[in-house]
Amino acid sequence: MAKLSGLQREVLSLYRQCIRAVREKPADTRENFRDFTRTEFRKHFDHNKKDFGTIEYLLRKGRRQLELFQEPGIKNIMR
Amino acid sequence: MATTRSLARLATRRLAMRPAVFARGFASVQTSTAKEPLPDKDAKIKTFHIYRWNPDEPESKPRMQSYTLDLNKTGPMMLDALIRIKNEMDPTLTFRRSCREGICGSCAMNIDGVNTLACLCRIPTETTKESRIYPLPHMYIVKDLVPDMTLFYKQYRSIKPYLQRDTPPPDGREYRQSKEERKKLDGLYECILCACCSTSCPSYWWNQEEYLGPAVLLQSYRWLADSRDERTAERQDALNNSMSVYRCHTILNCSRTCPKGLNPALAIAEIKKSMAFT
Repeated sequence: MAKLSGLQREVLSLYRQCIRAVREKPADTRENFRDFTRTEFRKHFDHNKKDFGTIEYLLRKGRRQLELFQEPGIKNIMR
Repeated sequence: MATTRSLARLATRRLAMRPAVFARGFASVQTSTAKEPLPDKDAKIKTFHIYRWNPDEPESKPRMQSYTLDLNKTGPMMLDALIRIKNEMDPTLTFRRSCREGICGSCAMNIDGVNTLACLCRIPTETTKESRIYPLPHMYIVKDLVPDMTLFYKQYRSIKPYLQRDTPPPDGREYRQSKEERKKLDGLYECILCACCSTSCPSYWWNQEEYLGPAVLLQSYRWLADSRDERTAERQDALNNSMSVYRCHTILNCSRTCPKGLNPALAIAEIKKSMAFT
């Protein structure tokens, strides 16, 4: 596998953080949180990797969402 | 015969459709200019260039969109112009506003190169000059003229902007202040945290993560100067590092831009003084 760029590593680390955060959620809704994380990342799966500005924006947005959904008060996620 | 009739029908239909398109002013969003719907003869037409960026299409680049307004039909302030554009020409234009009288600090933006509140900024009446409206500089943008203030509010929270005391009031009722003590808070408590000063500060642009910025430092001094607060030493300790305060290089953009006429630079100087002499 090719060596990852710094930005790619940041995206991966955000993905890992999200997947780890799912474990803190109640057992019966974990699947929803995992699905949500995956679809959110899949949406931009084929994004041009040279478009740094957009990827950085999406990273910021993702971090904000992670921070929000990590709150223990949030028990379930639906779309 | 049949062809001419259908042509005529087409023509009338096209004529009938045109006003409908005209009435829906936002049909012109695709192009980057929107014009005053029905200008009068003695209209005072002024052009506004407004920063636009839509987060729903994150790949798209920010762009400037021009709107022309008749100043005779618009209120005197920039906020009136923005509201009129949103109501009558382009409902997709996004900005924050609330009190329309300079007390909430929602409508802070960069108008003609100066950070100010749109509701306190008069529209320059000369129609030859075009106005340019941008969001607050060096902030992440949520949409159009709406900046992301999360970091700013986090910094505000970090200075503990509330009264900290351990001893109850001597008479068991109120924390009393003398007139002189109260006077120290004048010019500090009026700050509405619109972030105009912080986002005008080059030092804050380059060190947003660590430097607190003039608005938050002014608030910090408001609690340092408060005679009722008993944690002055702790508050000073928290600020006593090379980044929090000492990134202020007395550029004074903050005092120059403050839409409320306050002097954050003076407050920062007082903080530095109090920390140097204790």
